[in-house]
Amino acid sequence: MNQLGEPKVPGEVVVAVINKANKANYAKSRQSFLCLLIWLVFSLSLQAAVLEEDRADVLYHSYDGGGMKIDGPAILLRKKASESVALSAYYYVDTISSASVDVLSTASAYSEERQEGQLGIEYLHDKTTMALSIRQSDEDDYLANSVNFNVSHDTFGDLTNLSLGLAFSDNEIRRNGDDLFEEQSQQYRIRAGISQILTKNLSIALNIESVADEGYLNNPYRTVRYIDSSVPAGVGYQSEVYPNTRNSFSTKLSASYYLPYRAALFLHYRHFSDSWKIDANDIELSYRHPFGKTVELELKVRYYQQTQASFYSDLFSHQNAQNFLARDKELSDFDDLTLGLGVTYLIPKQFSISDWRSEVSLQWDYITFNYNNFRDPTAEGALGEEPLYGFSAHVIRAFFSVYF
Amino acid sequence: MLTNYFTRALFIAFSTSLLALTGCAQPIEPWVKPYERQNLADPIMRTNRHPIANMHIAHVYEARESARGAEGTGGGGCGCN
Repeated sequence: MNQLGEPKVPGEVVVAVINKANKANYAKSRQSFLCLLIWLVFSLSLQAAVLEEDRADVLYHSYDGGGMKIDGPAILLRKKASESVALSAYYYVDTISSASVDVLSTASAYSEERQEGQLGIEYLHDKTTMALSIRQSDEDDYLANSVNFNVSHDTFGDLTNLSLGLAFSDNEIRRNGDDLFEEQSQQYRIRAGISQILTKNLSIALNIESVADEGYLNNPYRTVRYIDSSVPAGVGYQSEVYPNTRNSFSTKLSASYYLPYRAALFLHYRHFSDSWKIDANDIELSYRHPFGKTVELELKVRYYQQTQASFYSDLFSHQNAQNFLARDKELSDFDDLTLGLGVTYLIPKQFSISDWRSEVSLQWDYITFNYNNFRDPTAEGALGEEPLYGFSAHVIRAFFSVYF
Repeated sequence: MLTNYFTRALFIAFSTSLLALTGCAQPIEPWVKPYERQNLADPIMRTNRHPIANMHIAHVYEARESARGAEGTGGGGCGCN
């Protein structure tokens, strides 16, 4: 014991203790520094708004079901011009060959091509992002030009994101084989959204959107059928007549949840109603699960249900039975169920181009449609008593994404 | 007796309202700190992880169903016959 009553220790032990204490302090300060660094990284990545990374996607898509086969390529390119400006371009092609039930009952199968192009610019200022895009969709008998503007802002310690959007579309409708036919329609969209981080594993979002259409909203080829006792078949056909306006309102609630074993769960619910008296609901649950560092699996189930438009009928009682007439199965009472499976393979760096991160994905959706008031006129049965129509579709997306 | 109960209920309601109002007067602080958001920042949590695929499926649904809007992607176009 020394004078202070502390135990005496040899010099080497003192040095060793001091060294040990220094090492402990060093470890502690290194730990503090690492904590500070991690905090800074997350602060920077989550507090300061940043534009999304540069990427290019090349996709092949295919839809096959109900007598329709639609496929084609699509390309999406996104590149930052500076820290605050990003440019994007999108090109999409649909090659359509259709022999769907309503085409077969009154016309013959057809094929056509639709091309779509989009150009966009995004500007980031502090925590506000503004995005402007123009779009054109062109096919033989339909030309749509639209402009879209969105603004979003991070607030409340970046726990909340608020967004507002506007869109306008001008459409020109023609009818193949009839050079004199030319109609117009316009569409206006206004949307708002709020997304909110609720806990460290849960975030939710609420989006609303109102859409107003005016002009020629019919399909120029489609007809309705009515009972006509003056002809041997007992059935007559006349063109559909739709109202010249349609207003709709949608509300979507979404939740994203991080599961403790590193997997993600997503839930979406949307309610829709419009001035044609259609009410619709859809709910979707999806699950994303990584396997190791290279594979991600996605599973999805979605259910959709809608009521019919007030002027829809599968079989009208006589010609010109009412002011507005529709027999479009998309306006009937029906539901559909989607089961989806997706796999993404994150390509290891040694196989990537210029060390760019890249991945390849394959997604497959199987959709079954069940119509509750649309009968199959090509099937056997007395007029108005044919079996209800239903079909299933396979939807495939195969794509390659590279981040540079 | 009834008046007493009424007065007591009124007092409790008043006190609760006062407490609630006082509570509301305090500014609400962001309760999930930036360093607690690493799970939400994980790439697997991104709803728009595959934007080109999301645009395609939104187009498929819009062509086959009457509902539209609030999807989070720009809709429109046709291929609807």
